[in-house]
Amino acid sequence: MKIGLFGFLFVMWILIIIGGGILVTILGPFSITGYGDFDWILTSGFKAIFAIILVIIWILIMSKLKNWIFRKELKF
Amino acid sequence: MTELIVPAIISCIVAFFTVYVMTPSLIKFLRKRNFSVKDVNKKEHIMIVRPGGPSIIAGIITSEIVLYIFFQSNEILVIIITSSIAFVIGYVDDRKVMGGWFKPVALVIAATPIILLGTYDSNLSFPLFGSVHIPVLYIGIIIFMIPITGNTINSIDVLNGVASGFMIIASFSLSIALFILQNYEMAIISLPLGFVSLAFYKFHKIPSKIFPGDSGALTLGGMYGAIAILGHVEIIASVALLPAVINSFLFLTSVKRIVEHRKIKGIPVEHTEDFKLKATDDKTAPVTLVRLILASGPLSEKQVGHAIFKLAIFSGILAIITAFMTGASI
Repeated sequence: MKIGLFGFLFVMWILIIIGGGILVTILGPFSITGYGDFDWILTSGFKAIFAIILVIIWILIMSKLKNWIFRKELKF
Repeated sequence: MTELIVPAIISCIVAFFTVYVMTPSLIKFLRKRNFSVKDVNKKEHIMIVRPGGPSIIAGIITSEIVLYIFFQSNEILVIIITSSIAFVIGYVDDRKVMGGWFKPVALVIAATPIILLGTYDSNLSFPLFGSVHIPVLYIGIIIFMIPITGNTINSIDVLNGVASGFMIIASFSLSIALFILQNYEMAIISLPLGFVSLAFYKFHKIPSKIFPGDSGALTLGGMYGAIAILGHVEIIASVALLPAVINSFLFLTSVKRIVEHRKIKGIPVEHTEDFKLKATDDKTAPVTLVRLILASGPLSEKQVGHAIFKLAIFSGILAIITAFMTGASI
């Protein structure tokens, strides 16, 4: 059980690092141009939506992983 | 670096002894006014006084004022103001139980001094990959960070000594990370949080003489969140906090709404005949970190606390590794 929790923590950590890599390599250099003064708003909006999607994916993965790691113990 | 040693030592001594000296008087004061709650995890009918928030905030304010005399930086002012606002919000909840949304929404106010005084950097640093410049999105991170850290620490304050003990481990891990990243001034500004928690743990550890209450937990969590933003160590701070994050994550994914824990009908943990803690089979009860630790069998309150501390040490080590990885880029 406790090893399961340590494993769960470790996977959370790995997912944070991978998520950070995606943000820096894909989201960081991304910019929308051609809309004049609205460029920065559109770019920021896209980055915000992309970041929120990443967080939702992170939550879904963690939720599935929780059920998988603790399937024996989670009788409740 | 050497000129920072004297203020660091003085502020740590002030932080520790303010709480250490003030808390016994606070316990007497609260006992006289009968500000106490039943310790539900004890066989005997034991009443414990609360909240310990006033001595915690006193330790933080006095030690940070000492640092302000030396450094005169806006970061110290922000730490004092943010922690104080978090304390007031928690104290209101201590005196009158508010709805589930009160603390997360009200704690947004505690984040505003960071924005108003401009003491943040819009670059979010990640381990190995470097940083990303997100000026607008970063404001959102500031607004969410303080409510998340405040409520996360509050949510783990379920057993004797756990919130303060957990905060000792998480905050010292964060201070070590700041030293590794050579952000010495912020590292020193962050040290009082660990020493305040250490002094309070003396009275909060099992068997508790005082509970921190919402005012204590939100003050500790609010200051932790502010350090994370001001020190540009948001990701490292999140890693050090992972066991508490898991607790909030498990709670929210099982309850599926933001709700005050006192209003949950299902009981996640019950007691055996010898008063050990035991996970219930109640499907309506929220899944929590304690319930998950107990899923393999009953444990004493002390054993559960130690299991949480082991997880905190593990995530603290991961946070320090993350700091080394943040310093090195691919």
